[in-house]
Amino acid sequence: MPELELGPLWVSLKLGVATVLCLLLIATPLAWWLAFTRSRARAPVEAVVALPLVLPPTVLGFYLLILLGPAGWIGRLWVEVTDSTLTFSFAGLVVASILYSLPFAVQPLQGAFEAVGRGPLEAAATLGATASKRFVNVALPLAARGYLSAIVLVFAHTLGEFGVVLMVGGNIPGRTKVISIAVFEHVETIDYAQAHILSAGLLVFSFLLLLLIFGLNRRIPIRYPA
Amino acid sequence: MDLLELDIELDREAFRLAVRESFDLSGITAVFGANGSGKTSLLRVIAGLEPAARGRVTCRGEQWLGPKARLEAEARRIGYVFQDGRLFPHLDVRGNLEFPRRHGGRTGPIDLDETVETFDLHELLHRYPGALSGGERQRVAVARALLANPGLLLMDEPLSSLDRSRKHELLPLIRSLPRRYGMPIIYVTHDIDELVYLADTVVLLAGGKVVARGSAREILERGDFELLAGLEEPGLVLEARIANHSGGLTIASLPSGELRIPRMAGQPGDIVRLRVHPRDVILAAEPVARISIRNCLAATVRKLEPSRGDQVLVSLAVGDQLLKARVTADAARELELGEGRPVYALIKTVALEAFG
Repeated sequence: MPELELGPLWVSLKLGVATVLCLLLIATPLAWWLAFTRSRARAPVEAVVALPLVLPPTVLGFYLLILLGPAGWIGRLWVEVTDSTLTFSFAGLVVASILYSLPFAVQPLQGAFEAVGRGPLEAAATLGATASKRFVNVALPLAARGYLSAIVLVFAHTLGEFGVVLMVGGNIPGRTKVISIAVFEHVETIDYAQAHILSAGLLVFSFLLLLLIFGLNRRIPIRYPA
Repeated sequence: MDLLELDIELDREAFRLAVRESFDLSGITAVFGANGSGKTSLLRVIAGLEPAARGRVTCRGEQWLGPKARLEAEARRIGYVFQDGRLFPHLDVRGNLEFPRRHGGRTGPIDLDETVETFDLHELLHRYPGALSGGERQRVAVARALLANPGLLLMDEPLSSLDRSRKHELLPLIRSLPRRYGMPIIYVTHDIDELVYLADTVVLLAGGKVVARGSAREILERGDFELLAGLEEPGLVLEARIANHSGGLTIASLPSGELRIPRMAGQPGDIVRLRVHPRDVILAAEPVARISIRNCLAATVRKLEPSRGDQVLVSLAVGDQLLKARVTADAARELELGEGRPVYALIKTVALEAFG
């Protein structure tokens, strides 16, 4: 029995959780705007949000590397503020992940807000609820399934990331070495035993997570007027 | 006098809503019009649900919309009953009813227990909107709007999705609201029955503009009403006073005769409105004995209009009220109908639609 190497798993899980939390905060207002705006800017913004779906991860990773590197404007800002580089760090991975998984958060949320529609929100306004109360007490509970989908998709997508992570994060054990890269490395060095352990572990873990979430999903009632 | 003063414009794809009108806030004001006349848009402008509306809205001296400022819908203290109810599907009936107090900060004299009683909602409190029938849903929607303790209740065709019998259950309840709660209602509809039964004042809307206002009877008596309302022969309203009830019938009296109508609620002395279709009115030159039609009113011919091929539409004065009868041209000639001719108008009891 070879020694278990759990470091990459923890990095992956940490990255997934951080990405999900950041994306919920970023994608909520963006999806809300896309769902309700009548602005002409809507279509171009939607197209930009969907770009990570069509671009090869290496292309995305390449631009991110340039943008986040010490010479890029985000990277330079980061160096000035934190005195460390964004590329090849965990924070850089999170930033890359957020961009890479953006459509997986925005699209389900946008769909959910569109399904809620203006109707219930207008009704809540006539009953005295302010915009923030309308969001918390009407939009959020009615969009619960959309949030669940967004969380699952973003988390799963982050766990499965490979190309972008490799280009932006490098492969630094304990910091940026995620599980997908670790598996690749073990296969490269023909260490199939380690590759098996990590792969099977991830497989089982992913299955259990999805099982939990789909089970939960069934418990969120959808109640539409007859 | 409480007033709602409007001077507003709103551009829609199909028309422009342009209304300059002042509403007395008392009783029920019906906004009546064909589909696309702008009546729902007008209600939404009053409620503050149309951000694109321009102009002025002033309610009881408080400016809701002005050249510089706009009061948000949640701050206008209105109640709004939507056509489809718009109950919150994630909350049960109790949660829906508690919403204005818990999340809207709306408190006031109208409280939950009493409203549940009035609207007979005990059985429904723990049901979800998806499990309610159309009639139940609209009852909850009206109760919820009242629990917002509004100063003005806006209703947008709240009964249009209901069948006739559900409608007739809810109508008396709606009619009782202004008196019971001292709350004025602006009621959008394109249903003549609702108009006749509910409206203290009618505002007739066509092409985004107010084209007439008056009592239901006055509006229906207008020569151009059919055209403006987009309806074919809507009939006319006769107002009568309940004399007494007898068996399955209610006797209603007019200066020019008595009418026997299917029994209805109401005290002797109450005014009832009866809707009469021209096709249900038969004319006789003299009183007819031994006939199954129980209702006979003395009338005077005012006008004859040829209509629909071989027919004549006869306008009649019944006291100071207007009645119309549709007869064949042959019959009109035989009866020697002409302006000023006294006749007897026979109306079948079952053809009278009474709303008390």
